[in-house]
Amino acid sequence: MSASGDRIVARLRPGDGCARGALLPYFTAGFPDSRSLAELIHVADALGVAAVEIGFPYSDSIADGPVIQESFYRALEHGCRVHDAFSVAAQVRSRVACALLAMVSYSIVYRYGRDRFLTEAAAAGFDGVIIPDLPVEECHDAAQATARVGLCHIGMVAPTTTPARREAIARSSAGFVYQVAVAGTTGERVGLPPELPGQVRELRRISGLPVCVGFGIGSAQQVRAVCDVADGAIVGSALVRRVGEAAATGVRGGALAERVRPYLAELMSGIRVDT
Amino acid sequence: MHVDVMPLDDPALGPDAKGRFGAFGGCYVPETLMASVAKLAEVYAAVRRERGFWEELRALLRDYAGRPSPVYFAARLSEQLGGARLYLKREDLNHTGAHKINNTLGQVLLARRLGKSRVIAETGAGQHGVATATAAACCGLQCVVYMGAEDIRRQKLNVFRMELLGARVVAVETGQKTLKDAINAAMRDWMATSDHTHYVIGSVMGPHPYPQMVRDFQSIVGRETKVQMAEATGRLPDCIVACVGGGSNAAGIFAPFISDAGVRLIGVEAAGDGIDHVGRHAATLCAGRPGVLHGMFTYVLQDDDGQTLPVHSVSAGLDYPGVGPEHAHWKETGRVEYTACDDRAALAAFVRLCEVEGIIPALEPAHAVAHALRLAPQMDGDRTIVINLSGRGDKDVVEAGRLLGRDLQ
Repeated sequence: MSASGDRIVARLRPGDGCARGALLPYFTAGFPDSRSLAELIHVADALGVAAVEIGFPYSDSIADGPVIQESFYRALEHGCRVHDAFSVAAQVRSRVACALLAMVSYSIVYRYGRDRFLTEAAAAGFDGVIIPDLPVEECHDAAQATARVGLCHIGMVAPTTTPARREAIARSSAGFVYQVAVAGTTGERVGLPPELPGQVRELRRISGLPVCVGFGIGSAQQVRAVCDVADGAIVGSALVRRVGEAAATGVRGGALAERVRPYLAELMSGIRVDT
Repeated sequence: MHVDVMPLDDPALGPDAKGRFGAFGGCYVPETLMASVAKLAEVYAAVRRERGFWEELRALLRDYAGRPSPVYFAARLSEQLGGARLYLKREDLNHTGAHKINNTLGQVLLARRLGKSRVIAETGAGQHGVATATAAACCGLQCVVYMGAEDIRRQKLNVFRMELLGARVVAVETGQKTLKDAINAAMRDWMATSDHTHYVIGSVMGPHPYPQMVRDFQSIVGRETKVQMAEATGRLPDCIVACVGGGSNAAGIFAPFISDAGVRLIGVEAAGDGIDHVGRHAATLCAGRPGVLHGMFTYVLQDDDGQTLPVHSVSAGLDYPGVGPEHAHWKETGRVEYTACDDRAALAAFVRLCEVEGIIPALEPAHAVAHALRLAPQMDGDRTIVINLSGRGDKDVVEAGRLLGRDLQ
């Protein structure tokens, strides 16, 4: 396994190999700007998150709910480009311990040039890539190319995924497997489905990889519930909403990150600290 | 006239087992949708061979939609142009005023077969939304139509028509608030509702099996044309011209002629203000590049980062930054020629067909008419051109009035 894959696994299953649960916050690149994103990553890292997911804004994302869509439009309006997301990763890489993950539509990867995208992502210091609209049938070559540059290809499993596909997705994945908690778009939900623990246990069993859960998570209580069965909880919309609220007051950079810190700290309280 | 609607298996037509037309097509959707899309592909593959399904559809197309639509020899226009003889395939005479009903009746029957109680659709100008609401009412299914807020403002009449037909119209306030955003919104709905909802895509686009399925449902247009032209002229037409937005009316009339090498097939895209003006046209095949959009690999209008470019056309139905993947394949193989007509040429053709033939065409097929006007004089008098007159222009009279200096609002 590559050094990058090592970082993801080490952050998710530290030391003794016992899963304690981990937080994986998601931020949109260029929202509200690159300087604020870098500060947010620093704050999250200092609080002990396992990895930060950086979403590449896309004009026509199908999987995203209103909060992340809005952040995408804002970022694109302000001229955020693919290389801006790479620049932020490169800027923070040497100063943070957490893993960095790129969440990006295949529309962007294809147009940018798959190998060029992966090479530049690896050079920028990313550890893994998640391409939500590249299904497992199409991902074989991309997964190999991702591994060649030392990145983890992280596959997604949905509540609707059949057992046969789940196995294929687990096989194609490295670093961890992403279990989508709810059928639908990204965004906060009041409760999480009762089937989720069973799905996660099954995915951990067949993949042998850590499993992180995303979509619909927005409270410390949900983080705790998810981490009772999974290796990590991914929080996107709930966090991006708070970033947007802070940005709306006019603050940027370190001041913005400080506004978001209490919420990140609260989410981290859902992670068990005992061993 | 009896024309079979059960799909023919012409080996020249795609897709392959992986849902590909050459390099194009495929299935690029979030994992949550994969199960529904795969199930649809499986059920549709079986339904394709079921005589009973197609007989039920054929009866509906005849008794409810009014098929077959006639082929009309445009004598006065042909005479004025002094070249090839022009024939119009009158899809404008169908129930709801366009070819869209061919597809929506098929998909709503399929939705019932799948046990779904609800259908959703996207719509731009509202034609596909009206056709879906109509088919849903006819078959007793619940219907929700997603429509860009900008389009709702421009097409109030069609919004009310859909509501009269029992559909709920949801305004889409994201992105450019037009067709592509309505497609995104419909797909997002489907992500959470696919257990009881079928998504009725309105063109030969989206993930497999939609491009094949919509082409199959629209192929009735070309199959009738073949029989009707044989009756009228004793042979195949020399040339068929159709407008291309997503490309369903064109795919429907082209597909049955794909293996007739002597028939020249021409798709006409919307050049808007001119294809040199980035963001001011919708000529995806003429000016775009291969890429991924709305679940398919096809030609798209994107910037260098993969962000979808704005599009413009006088006709809302052609105003789309992608195109059906089979058209991308036909372009690559050279079987179909693709060209473009700008807003001005389309509007002039719209006016001319009204004045010379007494037919008000939709602004979409006015693009096909515009190209035929250029082409016919270059051809001999014993040659024939069929124009797919895919819809009628009632929906466009307010917009045409505005462009022609008459405010009808």
